[in-house]
Amino acid sequence: MIEVKGVSFTYPNGVEALREVSLTIHDGEFVAIMGQNGAGKTTLVKQFNGLLKPTRGEIFVDGVNTRKVSVATLARKVGFVFQNPDHQLFCETVEDEVAFALRNFGFEESTIKKRVAWALNLLDLTEYRETSPFMLSGGERKRVALASVLAWNPKVVVLDEPTIGQDHKQKEKLRQFIVQLIAQRKTVIIVTHDVEFVAECNSHVVLMAQGKIVAKGSAKQMLTNSALVTQASIVSPQITQIFLELADLGMPIDLINIHEAREALLNFLEVDS
Amino acid sequence: MSVFDGLRFRRGSSPIHQLDPRAKFFYVIVMFVVAVLFNELLPLVVLFLIQIPFVFVARVQREWIRSLRGAAFLAIIIFGFNFLFTYLSGQYELSYVLERSFAMSLRFIVLVESFSVFFLTTSPDHLGLALEQSHVPYEFCFAFTTAVRFVPVLAEEAQTIMDAQKTRGLELERGNFIKRIRNYIPILIPLIVNAIRRSLELAEAMESRAWGATEKRTNLYVLKLKKSDYVLALLSILLLVLAVYIRLFLPVPQLGVVLRI
Repeated sequence: MIEVKGVSFTYPNGVEALREVSLTIHDGEFVAIMGQNGAGKTTLVKQFNGLLKPTRGEIFVDGVNTRKVSVATLARKVGFVFQNPDHQLFCETVEDEVAFALRNFGFEESTIKKRVAWALNLLDLTEYRETSPFMLSGGERKRVALASVLAWNPKVVVLDEPTIGQDHKQKEKLRQFIVQLIAQRKTVIIVTHDVEFVAECNSHVVLMAQGKIVAKGSAKQMLTNSALVTQASIVSPQITQIFLELADLGMPIDLINIHEAREALLNFLEVDS
Repeated sequence: MSVFDGLRFRRGSSPIHQLDPRAKFFYVIVMFVVAVLFNELLPLVVLFLIQIPFVFVARVQREWIRSLRGAAFLAIIIFGFNFLFTYLSGQYELSYVLERSFAMSLRFIVLVESFSVFFLTTSPDHLGLALEQSHVPYEFCFAFTTAVRFVPVLAEEAQTIMDAQKTRGLELERGNFIKRIRNYIPILIPLIVNAIRRSLELAEAMESRAWGATEKRTNLYVLKLKKSDYVLALLSILLLVLAVYIRLFLPVPQLGVVLRI
């Protein structure tokens, strides 16, 4: 469980990125943090593994105050996948890349082997075991970065902009993958601008604006509330927008994804005929 | 990154900022030569002190101090090595060895000091212009100014990479000296790879905007040497002549001996 208690954060250059933020994320929860650029999303998640420490207030990860422990200690619990995989890849082979963190955490060599094989398999990378990560495509590099974090099986997985630069197929794979993680009782936190992706995932949503949390709730509550959506400077999913326009016909206006839209349309046609 | 911070240009309007980069560069070269001419502490202390007024006139004290703080680490290593080896040779007495080792560190500090004043008060644009007007091919001028301009970008990127690797359990401060240096490999490789990628992208972006289409470039601003630039150049020449004269014809006493008199 991650508890954020009245956290404010100011960068050394004087930019106040978080103001009195309080939030609780339970085990096994799937949360999408959304808001415009500069709203403080990345600053907030960087607090979860201690990369940044609050200027005021406190953060507890499973009851441990983030001020009291090192990033390496917190990282065992909170895996963080950065937006740009090129900021972390440096090994000669994909295999070494995935094993890097495991070696840092002092796993035994036999365990490392098993874990690496497991993580590579999980992300469809087994065939690239011996390849240099620099030879892979953008999407594949992103998966290597993800594998290198999942390999140590952290309880919480934070993904910063996971859908950027991914084609539709990869996004769908990523979604299914997150569903799997949730099934394993892991906490998944994503930072994203991709409303369609969030609508499809149907996660919880935290809306942020100007360093504050505007609202937290289900994707449905958040993304169909036009006042909140405007406040957080995002746009409702296209499905929601269409159904809002069709409200005059007696269509429901709280839909966010294709499945719901299909149901609603079928119902509507049945009633009509 | 404190050393880089101490070298990063900040806009200002002091008389030092308005000097021609060529004149300032000449002064830096003279400082460099004079500092290398002397092994003795006394002249190096003088060199250190005569630059301080420049710093205050340019109002860059804080950044200047920061660059010196960054250089202090290397200066201490220089002191250590010189002290160790001169003392171990057993030919000199302790006071002489101390003074000599201190002089060597101070020489390094003087070099950093003059470079710091130069870079803190000279905008990359002016520097590029100065190079161009000194008939350096435009490609080189451009490469140089771009490199200078990208230093802060790289510093920021280095920070992100450090965060990413810390997240994967890398502890930079762990282990002995060799291990600590090795700890930086996971940071340096992505940094270099990204820098190369970025430069290739930049080259493509520039070429698609017709870089190098005109053979002869003209500039809106043209640098002209002013009276103050000539004064600085003249002072630098005088300093150089004086230093060479002292080196060739006068004995330089030990500072310890001078102070005792």
